[in-house]
Amino acid sequence: MSSKRQRKKIGGEHLQRIIDLCTSIEEKGLDPFLVDVEDILEVVREYFPEWELPEELSLDAETIHRLASVIKLQSDWLKHRSTSLYTDPFLIEEKIRKLTKVELANLFLEVWHPIVEFEQISPHSLTEAIKYWQGLLPIDERWLQTGPQKREAGTVTREELIKQKILAENTFSEDLEAFWDELKEKVGANEKILYWDFVGANSYNETIQRAYLTSFLITYGYATLEIDRLEEEMFIKPYEKPVSMLGKKQVVSIPVSISNEEWMKWKRGLQN
Amino acid sequence: MKKKAYYTRKLKRATHLLFYRRHQKPGVKGWELKRGLGVDYPKVLKILDSYLEKLDLEVKTVFEGEKPAEKPSREQLDKARFYITLRGSLAPKETKMMGWRIDDIAGLATAISYVTSKKGKAPREEVEDLLRNKLPGWRVDINMNRYIRSGYLAEDGNKQLYLDWRTRAEIDQKTLVELLLSTNSLEKEDYDYEEEISD
Repeated sequence: MSSKRQRKKIGGEHLQRIIDLCTSIEEKGLDPFLVDVEDILEVVREYFPEWELPEELSLDAETIHRLASVIKLQSDWLKHRSTSLYTDPFLIEEKIRKLTKVELANLFLEVWHPIVEFEQISPHSLTEAIKYWQGLLPIDERWLQTGPQKREAGTVTREELIKQKILAENTFSEDLEAFWDELKEKVGANEKILYWDFVGANSYNETIQRAYLTSFLITYGYATLEIDRLEEEMFIKPYEKPVSMLGKKQVVSIPVSISNEEWMKWKRGLQN
Repeated sequence: MKKKAYYTRKLKRATHLLFYRRHQKPGVKGWELKRGLGVDYPKVLKILDSYLEKLDLEVKTVFEGEKPAEKPSREQLDKARFYITLRGSLAPKETKMMGWRIDDIAGLATAISYVTSKKGKAPREEVEDLLRNKLPGWRVDINMNRYIRSGYLAEDGNKQLYLDWRTRAEIDQKTLVELLLSTNSLEKEDYDYEEEISD
């Protein structure tokens, strides 16, 4: 009985030494062929019938796992040696030391095909950059704005929140109804109005806001868009009563660009 | 005629995409070319490549990982990176115009061939030791940093050097190693490179 325990102990130590050897090869990048796989498998096989407890079997599995990692390293090494890129590093080092700088540079030039690329600013990006630069506040002013501010806790009224644009004065539907009334008023007896004549405002920000509300007027059936493809003109036509289009006909989305350039163009047209 | 006009338009677009740098690194991914040129972008690139041949330039494809042994799949092409590179080789005189000294090029050749021979990974210290053999000590660190900054080499936290994206795009590593092994030194002193190129 005691000889069995003794054998188990020796076997366990054997496996632990194999695990340590494999781990150090993996971690320190030593030559994987230091491990004789066949010898190790023989040892593992010899002690395997002794193992009964889960921790003993676990040690056996760990040994096989580590051995498999070393076999993979051996396989990688062989694969690299079999590629055309493999050359003994010592041979390369020796060659490098023997060749002169000019010889090294000349042979390198034969295999060097540098990338060709342009780095050039276009008139468009130059214009964008100037616009950005003109709108940029001096750095001392910007830094002033970003400084942390200490504030005491206090109370705030609804009116103040509205003023700070945290709360809206009217509900969205109220705003939309008022906007619809404005559209009907502007159209008058003409039935329809040019899209830009209705959406365009004194500032670009306001124009964006009006275009945003207009899109809801059309989606919710308060108005419709009419496009004259020949003249390339777009009109808005208000309905007397909101009309639901859902399920009645195919609804299509029409993207409308409201860029700053287009707003400026409309403004200039208005002035002329 | 219609088809010709189609490809002429695509060729112009491909030239813009490939010659002008769009990202931090040069080159364009296959999927970006597909978006800009359409699904037949490999054909457009092939036509562009034949145009560029007259100018000693080429469309270079650098695949993710190993270069496929057979015809690359669509997926491999979409993931690959495309560059315009020089088709032939540079004369020593031309390298100076590009801002590379003889020392820099010899050092780069040394570093790349050494790392290649070490399975693509070598400690920086070993490469620097080798460079010190040819370059003055104070230049070694400057040059190593330049190779890393340009994308020829990459360095990890353990001071291990790897071959980086520019080496894969610009250098024929296999031929470099072959040439290195087949060149026999004439064992003469380094003559003045400046004199040689001014001839």
